[in-house]
Amino acid sequence: MSVTAVVMFLAIVGLTLVITWWASKRTSTASDFYTAGGGLKGWQNGLAISGDYLSAASFLGIAGSIALTGFDGFFFSIGYLVAYLVVLYIVAEPLRNLGKFTLADMINARFDAKKVRGTAALSTIVIVLFYMIAQLVGAGALIQLLLGIDYWIAVLLVGFMMTIYVLFGGMTATSWVQIIKACLLMLGTVIISFLVLAKFNFNILTMFSEMTTATDAGEAYLNPGLKYTNGIDTISMLIALVLGTAGLPHILMRFFTVKDAQTARSSVIWATWIVGLFYVLTIFLGFGAAAFVGKETIVAANPAGNMAAPLLAEALGGDILFSFVCAVAFATILAVVAGLVLSGASALSHDIYGEIIKKGKISPKEQVVAARVGSIIIAVVSILLALGAQTLNVAFLVSLAFCIAASSNLPVIIYTIYWKRFNTAGAITAMLTGLISALILVAVSPNVWNPEAGKAIFVGDPLIMLTNPAIISVPLGFIGGWLGTILSKETNEAKYREVEVKAQTGISVQDVSH
Amino acid sequence: MANNQKQNIDYDKIAEMASFKALTKKKNSFLWTMTVIFLAAYMLLPVLTSYTQILHQKAVGDITWVWFYAAGLFIMTWGLAHLYVSKANSYDKDAKAIIDEYERGASK
Repeated sequence: MSVTAVVMFLAIVGLTLVITWWASKRTSTASDFYTAGGGLKGWQNGLAISGDYLSAASFLGIAGSIALTGFDGFFFSIGYLVAYLVVLYIVAEPLRNLGKFTLADMINARFDAKKVRGTAALSTIVIVLFYMIAQLVGAGALIQLLLGIDYWIAVLLVGFMMTIYVLFGGMTATSWVQIIKACLLMLGTVIISFLVLAKFNFNILTMFSEMTTATDAGEAYLNPGLKYTNGIDTISMLIALVLGTAGLPHILMRFFTVKDAQTARSSVIWATWIVGLFYVLTIFLGFGAAAFVGKETIVAANPAGNMAAPLLAEALGGDILFSFVCAVAFATILAVVAGLVLSGASALSHDIYGEIIKKGKISPKEQVVAARVGSIIIAVVSILLALGAQTLNVAFLVSLAFCIAASSNLPVIIYTIYWKRFNTAGAITAMLTGLISALILVAVSPNVWNPEAGKAIFVGDPLIMLTNPAIISVPLGFIGGWLGTILSKETNEAKYREVEVKAQTGISVQDVSH
Repeated sequence: MANNQKQNIDYDKIAEMASFKALTKKKNSFLWTMTVIFLAAYMLLPVLTSYTQILHQKAVGDITWVWFYAAGLFIMTWGLAHLYVSKANSYDKDAKAIIDEYERGASK
């Protein structure tokens, strides 16, 4: 561990704590806590969405995947970006016009039923926990490697920091941590990409030519098929990536931090440019790591390739750039987990405690206390799970979270906004079929079962060969919602007209957002 | 100004207005047509790369067609995002006109 690295880590910790202290003075109501009072500007929310979205899986994971498997790693970049069109075209504005704090609020704009709210909250919490375990286990391993401290201390450190941000600074602190992280991440990525391009004389053609001989895969490195050889599995994974984003609770929650649909729209445009530019640059990170660090060194540091970007920074810019990139990776993880804690807490404290247990009869002061208690519960549970999951291969949990979001949340969002006949029974069956089918299909998949010991969680033959079940579970979520709807006689066309008018015109956004 | 009215908005009345129905129809047909198009363009990539070799051929230098297809998807995303904004801005005007029309009707 170098002095530079320690200084940069401490700078990140110090800066984010100052932000949290500043934000804590602006966090007094539940609306401040969950949505920063709904007062973020479009560019701020756009940067915060980027900071929320570009997780360690994006930064470290994709760079490593491209380095080790060439174009196959770039599939993630494409899927994660095109997903923003689904968010923008289908979800963002109606969500802003109908919701208050959570996804369940938005669905409840149409169905005032505790069962619906409870199911939506359950689905949110499951996604948040899966996503969080993946982030925390990754964070623990990374910081263990960078600072030479024990895994459990590393997890506790990240867990402690995220709890502090959320507990004291709520959404305001979380948003600014995400904004700063997005700027740092872009800066680090642009610097590395520039250095990689310089090595290839700023000639893209030279870079691609040299990549045909730089790895042991030869020319195949530039084409798909090094890792993903099963067509159906590749298609299934890409379905989860493109449809999952529009159902991820921590991303959806960000749309409640702006005042109206127009600002929601402009924040997606900002996010699309920033995230898109970042994903273009993942090519340089991946190619650079493959060419200048080499597969053996990358795999020796971490078999999944997660150290590719930091090692590349070290190869190109020495200790200073290495330390900077590690600090950026640390900030990346903190920003993402803070957003996750907040969305988990909103489901637990606002939906389950405030609206279901207390039936909405909860004073503003109690709401804030509940929000803070909920944050601590979500943080503690995820830290405990992460401590227990150290030796498990959890890399698949991120794509599982996308799969559940696409199978459980997206069908109910689309039906709620666009389908007149949709009803309470359908809302519940849509979410439950999506959620349960995704979980069961993953539980019998090659991620969990492998005949060889040590390759997966259990030793044995998987029942299905899909590593990502989206191609089955997403249609099941839609079919489940459709069947549940038509098998129940209930209709609520008057309520649908209200939802339609609100969603299309934003007429009552002041009412719902208080 | 309209805060008092907003307490009791007659959603049924707005939903029945011809101008509202026209906006919804226009908007939804644009949104879903474009969604089908961009999802099809996106899903065609893994289908082509998994079941054919056409994108595996070299296009310019050693760069294969699959990179150009991917670049096309990036450009499509940015382009369609901006197309959405310009369309949505015009829908905003329609929505505002609908609300004005409703409020004039409600105050009579």
